[in-house]
Amino acid sequence: MPTRHPLRLAIAITMLAFTVPASANPDPSDWQSVVAQAEGQTVYWNAWGGDTRTNRYIDWVAKQMQAQYDVEVEHVKLDDTGSAVARVLAEKQAGNNDDGSIDLIWINGENFAAMRESDLLFGPFAESLPHFALTNATDNPEVVTDFTLPTEGYESPWGKAQITFYYDSAQTETPPQDMQALLAWAKDNPGQFSYPRIPDFTGSTFLKQALIELTDQEKALYQPVSESDFEAVTEPLWAYLDALHPHLWRSGRAFPDSGPNLRTLMSDGEISLAFSFYPTDAAVAVMEYELPESVRSYVLEGGTLGNVHFVAIPYNSPHKAGAMVLANFLLSPEAQAQKQSLAMWGDRSVLDIEQLDAETQTLFEQGDRHPSELPADALSNTLPEPHPSWMTALQNAWLERYGVN
Amino acid sequence: MLRLAPALIIALLVLPVGAGLMMVLLPAFGYLPTLGGHGASLAPWQMLFDQPGLGRSVMVSFASGLVSTAVALVIVVLFLAASRGTWLDRGIRRLVSPLLAIPHAAIAFGFAFLIAPSGLVARLISPSLTGWERPLDTLIINDPWGFSLMAGLVLKEVPFLLLMSLAALPQLAPERRLMLARSLGYSPTIGWLKTVCPSLYPLIRLPVYAVIAYATSVVDMALILGPNLPPTLSVSILSWFNDPDISQRFMASAAAVLQLGVTVAALLCWWLLEQLIRSLTRYWLINGSRQRGEIILRLVGRSALLFSSITALAALVGLGLFSLAGFWRFPEVLPQMLTLDHWQRSGPMLATPLINTALIGLISTALATALVLATLENEHRQHIQPKRALWLLYLPLLVPQIAFLFGLIVAVESLGIRPQLGLVIAGHLLFVLPYVYLSLAETYRRLDPRWLKVARSLGVSRSAAFWRVRLPLLLAPLLTAFAVGLAVSIGQYLPTQLLGAGRVTTVTTEAVALASGSNRRLIGVWALVQAGLPLIGFILALGLPRLLGTHRRDLAT
Repeated sequence: MPTRHPLRLAIAITMLAFTVPASANPDPSDWQSVVAQAEGQTVYWNAWGGDTRTNRYIDWVAKQMQAQYDVEVEHVKLDDTGSAVARVLAEKQAGNNDDGSIDLIWINGENFAAMRESDLLFGPFAESLPHFALTNATDNPEVVTDFTLPTEGYESPWGKAQITFYYDSAQTETPPQDMQALLAWAKDNPGQFSYPRIPDFTGSTFLKQALIELTDQEKALYQPVSESDFEAVTEPLWAYLDALHPHLWRSGRAFPDSGPNLRTLMSDGEISLAFSFYPTDAAVAVMEYELPESVRSYVLEGGTLGNVHFVAIPYNSPHKAGAMVLANFLLSPEAQAQKQSLAMWGDRSVLDIEQLDAETQTLFEQGDRHPSELPADALSNTLPEPHPSWMTALQNAWLERYGVN
Repeated sequence: MLRLAPALIIALLVLPVGAGLMMVLLPAFGYLPTLGGHGASLAPWQMLFDQPGLGRSVMVSFASGLVSTAVALVIVVLFLAASRGTWLDRGIRRLVSPLLAIPHAAIAFGFAFLIAPSGLVARLISPSLTGWERPLDTLIINDPWGFSLMAGLVLKEVPFLLLMSLAALPQLAPERRLMLARSLGYSPTIGWLKTVCPSLYPLIRLPVYAVIAYATSVVDMALILGPNLPPTLSVSILSWFNDPDISQRFMASAAAVLQLGVTVAALLCWWLLEQLIRSLTRYWLINGSRQRGEIILRLVGRSALLFSSITALAALVGLGLFSLAGFWRFPEVLPQMLTLDHWQRSGPMLATPLINTALIGLISTALATALVLATLENEHRQHIQPKRALWLLYLPLLVPQIAFLFGLIVAVESLGIRPQLGLVIAGHLLFVLPYVYLSLAETYRRLDPRWLKVARSLGVSRSAAFWRVRLPLLLAPLLTAFAVGLAVSIGQYLPTQLLGAGRVTTVTTEAVALASGSNRRLIGVWALVQAGLPLIGFILALGLPRLLGTHRRDLAT
């Protein structure tokens, strides 16, 4: 402090005192008091509700939270995470700064970047969660990085996803292993492949996957798009798509409206090669009669895009303590192991399992592999997500080119 | 008290719509301080008009509203003209009113599965007739000009327009008109079209306008059946409002205002068409031609409505099969095995949404019915003609939901009202009330006044006459209006989700959330549950009067 005038100091302290809101935010570093404050709270957790297995897992979490911490968890099922972001924004617009309707959001990537930019998130809190240490963030930087942006403690890791292709082995013997092979395969099997319509999340991820493989300026993708020559970097992608589209489902005149919709098309027998962000998607769909037992999963030879998904707390949540206790519970070995088991959900753990003690490690042991599931070591080759600004730029450019048929 | 009812109703409906529109208009012209928009600007509009395919989106929204309404209206009018009260005609009528209860999204899912290249119809004829071992790669659903969307809309509009026409018809005494026409040598269908139809149309005009407004801005059906390169305007608006890039809200708001413009333009265009048809048919009405076209009109009249009803039912059967299906792939006509798995998995999650749905539906419909009755009774006691201001009642039906609901959230939050069950009920009231009014008003006004005069002359007070004479006489139409109100409430998605912040879960919000996972088996389960609820309402509405022993056939229907 440049000046030590007592009066100024006094004024500064008084002003500081006034900036603390009436309902003080809990201090994440004082965990005991957070847990105490959380008792009896109801946490509204906004999470995509399109998958019954995810819903069932969240249901299980709610029961555990009630029993272990006396925190009630309500799953607010969304059809689109963007609607939760829109909600917090509307609340801020209306001046509701301390009694928001959302306590925890399942989020990552673009949505996280947007909320951070508009100061819609509470934090930092993630690194103060007692279980956070189990992720071993120093060796696993992906748990503190979201689409190249440092999370800075504003969201807490929850699970891992990676682009996984699947095909019907009864119709296709050798599935394509890279983008050029995919083009050749599509020419031989017209109408048998598609990707979700942009700006869908899974569809946009396919664009990024293709771009990483096709461009010769891969490094540029990990900087904001404004720092490079967009046209030059993406030129090979558009040339590729121009060649690919005539061989897609419906000759590229229509696209499925979402990632899960690809699975339905596969289930109807309209296409025979598809992909998902969830590595266990195909196996689960076989178990639930959606796909034939001849379906097999694989990852492209050069690796595929993968990312971590997180939970974050809106700045105006009235139950931040409860939300933090929930985020911490989600990181516990018990909850992570349940989540990973194929019988429950099948979403991969963010914990560094080899660092856990032997007894805890046994929690994560899986039974026999489902034949439609990926081999255990298939996910070693994960490509990191580009900077979020690329997603928006690619979406706009795609819509510009192919948005009107 | 009673005198306040009309004002109360109008305030209840107009204020929220007005406030919501205001909160969308401001950002549409650049004012949204939270996102750094402080002044008036046209930038959101420029951005909007730069969107690829905007023109096509607007065209499809506009055209699907007009075309689907026109087709549905023609089907209904020709059916009424051709129907002669045979058992077949009565059977079709009975079939149609439950169809009104089935939510749009459920019909859309079922219809999509019916007509897709891998759908039920293609399976029935494959590979035996077509030789297709794999589904054909042709674009049927999501076609660029929205034909499948229009067809889906027609399926839902026909039952609504038919029910509204059946409610309005008795006051025209169509039998007498027809008898006169026949005695002059007119064949029945032509006679009906020349003597009854011109008087019927003014009575169902408002419902027709409501249908146009709905069809130009529909979201759920357009998502499932509509084009996607580019989608309809309403679908684009929803995705812009929910875009991760939140600065898109400016453009989304501008687009919401544009949607209002498209709907108004479609209504104007329809009005012009009305004038045109009126002058074009003037000569035909009086040219004395008595027979020409009778046979073809009668055939079309009977078959078109039958066809659309059977299509809607087949769509539901497809959903039902899927809710029980094991593995089931093209070209198999039936699933390889049937299983109760999907129902069992959904079972435990059904309780809360079912209770909420019933609670919201019953309370909002009860409130709406009470308010409508109060308004109508007031009108009757004061001997006043229906006020012109009552047009405002239809505001929530004429202004697209997507144009004002997002703004309404901001307005409600600014007042410090937090999302809760009560707010959702109030939101549903906005849409339930106009429909209850629409289905009840005409019957109420035309109840023979002599019944009440007799009651009064026997020394009964006004309110006793209302409770003991009027209500029992109107029991059947009252219950039908109640069932319509319930069906409207149960089908609401956006108002429930937005006003309840997703905390108040209903069968419909759960169904939409699950639909985003694209698992057709689960969609089948939830769509059937969603359709089943209002169906119970309709069965009760039809059955209760008989149970209560009020067999007064010739009084009010």
